[in-house]
Amino acid sequence: MSEHPDLWLIIVALGLGSFGLRFMFTGLLGSWAMPAIILRHLRYAAVAVLPGLVAPLVLWPSATDGQIEPARLTAAIVTLAVAMMFKRVILAIVTGAGTLFLMLYLIA
Amino acid sequence: MSTTTTKSSFWQGLRDGLPFILVIVPFSALFGVVATEAGLNVYETLAFSVVVIAGAAQFTAVQLMMDNTPTIIVILSALAVNLRMAIYSASLAPYLRDAKIWQRALVAYGTVDQSYALSAAKYENEPDMTTAQRLAYFSGCLVPVLPLWYGFTVIGALGGKAVPDSWALDFAVPLCFLAMIGPMLRTLPHLTAALVSIAAALGFAWVPFNLGLLIAAFLAMVAAVQCESFLERRSET
Repeated sequence: MSEHPDLWLIIVALGLGSFGLRFMFTGLLGSWAMPAIILRHLRYAAVAVLPGLVAPLVLWPSATDGQIEPARLTAAIVTLAVAMMFKRVILAIVTGAGTLFLMLYLIA
Repeated sequence: MSTTTTKSSFWQGLRDGLPFILVIVPFSALFGVVATEAGLNVYETLAFSVVVIAGAAQFTAVQLMMDNTPTIIVILSALAVNLRMAIYSASLAPYLRDAKIWQRALVAYGTVDQSYALSAAKYENEPDMTTAQRLAYFSGCLVPVLPLWYGFTVIGALGGKAVPDSWALDFAVPLCFLAMIGPMLRTLPHLTAALVSIAAALGFAWVPFNLGLLIAAFLAMVAAVQCESFLERRSET
């Protein structure tokens, strides 16, 4: 796997951008309130980005050149189910990884 | 007198932050492994963790870089994942108004899910805390979190090369994301956001430069707020 040509640009931009987001109110705009309608939308930013990012990775995994693959699909469903039920991130990752290994072993 | 209470606020923060070690250690180690798999060396991987300190955004950036996404889309998508930091910042601001600018800059750097969640709850429950005590508590929370975040990124990066292909590490990132998404789906608007995001991301997968993801995120946020307003209206009548 070769390296992204703009790796350092990405690291620096993300660093500055993330700091900017964190410093925006505590540091700069202490007295200025962001319009409530924008804040309301921003609350959902993470849950609006991450599922969209992960869906193609689950349905069209790169390891199988984009073909649906039962072991990975099952592991994904188990991980999400455990994460929703128990709200424990690490527990969900461990269970999901265990499912993946078990399925890969059974299929192979 | 106030020095002893400031000191005790620090230790209280440290104690409250300790349980997060269980999350920080495996998560940062996994980032180290995944980043190494994506072709980053140890220094680049560590730089990521030191400069960005946000697991989800770091994983997003590395995944998109592996897919050869254009630089600007990598940056925008990862920052979109980090937008919640602006909310954290807005919520902490009123409590730290009297702190010096460099102190607020340090707080901003250290604003992560864990330090925010603990401090916001603490400040709200104990409105009589002085600014010094608040800063001490915040720093205390970070002591178990930040050094381990850096350290285990490096350990993961060093150990990552030893991981054989049969471990199916290509799927480590999706599993991490799914595990993070699960606990977020706590209300109907959150669930709506997730479903719209999935449908739109798959539907717009043909849009070049991975722009489909940004379109999907926008639609998902709008849908979530619409759902929220709908529920509010319904409960009012």
